[in-house]
Amino acid sequence: MKVHEYQAKQIFRDFKVPVPQGAVAEDVDKAIVNAESMGFPCVIKAQVHAGGRGKAGGVRLLHNLEEAGKAAREIIGMKLVSKQTGPLGKQVRKVLIEQALEIKKELYLAIIVDREREMPVIIASTEGGMEIEKVAAKNPELIAKIHVHPVTGFSGFHFRKLVYYLGLTKEQQKNFSGLIKNLYKLFMETDASLVEINPLIITDKDEVVALDGKINFDDNALFKHSHILEMRDLDEEEPLEVEASKYDLNYIRLDGNIGCMVNGAGLAMATMDIIKYYGGEPANFLDVGGGTSEDRVKEAFKILLDDKNVKTVFVNIFGGIVRTDLVARGIVNAIKVMEVNVPIVIRLVGTNEEEGRKIIRESGIDFVLEMSLPEAAQKAVNLSKGA
Amino acid sequence: MSILVDKNSRVVVQGFTGREGTFHATHMIEYGTNVVAGVTPGKGGTRHLERPVFNTVEAAVTNWSANVSVIFVPAAFAADAILEAASAGIKVIICITEGIPTLDMVKVKHFLKTTESRMIGPNCPGIITPGEAKVGIMPGKIHQKGRIGVVSRSGTLTYEAVHQISNLGMGQSTAVGIGGDPIIGSNFVDIIELFNQDKETEAIVMIGEIGGSAEEEAAVYIKKYVDKPVISFISGQTAPPGRRMGHAGAIISGGKGTASEKIRILKENGIQVVDTPAEIGITVKRILDENG
Repeated sequence: MKVHEYQAKQIFRDFKVPVPQGAVAEDVDKAIVNAESMGFPCVIKAQVHAGGRGKAGGVRLLHNLEEAGKAAREIIGMKLVSKQTGPLGKQVRKVLIEQALEIKKELYLAIIVDREREMPVIIASTEGGMEIEKVAAKNPELIAKIHVHPVTGFSGFHFRKLVYYLGLTKEQQKNFSGLIKNLYKLFMETDASLVEINPLIITDKDEVVALDGKINFDDNALFKHSHILEMRDLDEEEPLEVEASKYDLNYIRLDGNIGCMVNGAGLAMATMDIIKYYGGEPANFLDVGGGTSEDRVKEAFKILLDDKNVKTVFVNIFGGIVRTDLVARGIVNAIKVMEVNVPIVIRLVGTNEEEGRKIIRESGIDFVLEMSLPEAAQKAVNLSKGA
Repeated sequence: MSILVDKNSRVVVQGFTGREGTFHATHMIEYGTNVVAGVTPGKGGTRHLERPVFNTVEAAVTNWSANVSVIFVPAAFAADAILEAASAGIKVIICITEGIPTLDMVKVKHFLKTTESRMIGPNCPGIITPGEAKVGIMPGKIHQKGRIGVVSRSGTLTYEAVHQISNLGMGQSTAVGIGGDPIIGSNFVDIIELFNQDKETEAIVMIGEIGGSAEEEAAVYIKKYVDKPVISFISGQTAPPGRRMGHAGAIISGGKGTASEKIRILKENGIQVVDTPAEIGITVKRILDENG
């Protein structure tokens, strides 16, 4: 789960990680009030779940009330388009107004789980404010990776390695010491999957402050953290994906025109792959899961067909524990109560497959039933092209 | 021979009396798996599915010499269940449960390194040695005794591959689902090492997916140590970066873990990679026929 910058910074404050003074606003009047109370110069920052906000015009320095009003009017409600939002952009509903600080130096600091070493790793760089992927590709020597063993936790030598690498002065080290310890504590205690500060700044007074803040949380751990779950902003998520998640369906919308309904994540990805292999474009990833009940099949169809780009539906079910005859009945009953104007290709294999196919064949609905995976995929591709 | 589980395995089911545990234990027993006992805290001393129920794994080990455990307890308690099984001296722990927090698994994984236990999963279909033991949730029927070792990060895609292999008249020595999470008990290398030593396994099918670098590590290992043919498919060639494709572990982040990069490295290390999931079975057959 992602949160907004202002929410991440609130969590930073709770864990005593220094951040600039700031306040969030949802309308222009409140933004102006915030700016006035912050004092000038201050900064206005669009709050959307995407990076690249600065280049997209979503972050501006304000020198007076007039500028504050103008910026707030322009940013609140704008469609912010950056590399990370996709071409449609994201609507800005909130802005964060923050005090502007004098920056002496910009650093980069993050914590993630290193899957290879199976432990948290602190990533630090002297090249703050830049895209870290670019730094990693061009100058990997400018990035330090410090692994922290889960048994020992964050220790003195980790701290020394970091400060020597970052070249911090005595005064700066003192200020950094609490920040890094608390940031590691935050990462572990909130079950974060990513904590990133870019840039982490050193001010003219040698304070160390998180000028930006990003936290992603492990979805699987949210049951432990109800106060974090409350921060979820459904406005930032694709509506069809939100709808799908209500029914425990795993749906991700893509740009193609072949709607896919598959059981199991691996087979769902592989189905998308084979569609692409035969020259088609999948409209989505959709895993209906193991216990494919009639209700879920119905909801899955609703969501698939809500995407107006979909020209064909490809159902690929491998009945393991789930019986294919039950899935077949679910599909038939779902289609009967819905208006479906696109061809549906069905592949049903596994437990009770004969019975399942019989139900499809005798349904009186014009399904394309095909048992071979490559044949079924090719038929779906041809139908999506109007052939 | 086979790997990890066979007819001599003495299986204990953790979360035995729950809905999932009951359903899948029933299928495991029907298949002929030697399920000796179950564990549900608070229900010790009762019987379920004609087997004794214990409060602790330790009691099942002491009384019934259980040496394999399969875990069906809910995600919030699953990490604890793994620790309990390992502490009781269980040799092979198979965790089916989906949705265990990653940082819980980080701690569990480092604890397991101090024990003799080997863990499979979490978020996996389990292990089956056809005709001997089914310890997991896979459909027993599609499997057939044979000489192909199957190892995979996914569930239904593994069934798809197994089905193709069985339909072409070949079978599996053992099929292992290692799970779709970022931190898992055993990786491809661990299982491929076992298949390589197993005299009954003639060829290995490795089904990978986007995210992480387990396939790349396996490729290097295979080139160095494995003489048996390895056939591979990687799913997620069309997956967009930054999106989690169902499995918590299936995500391309920071440009790493893409299918094309994995396929390139596998091919570089002499592994036969098929373009589509439909070609897994026929490719295995072709390679075995070529090798006589």
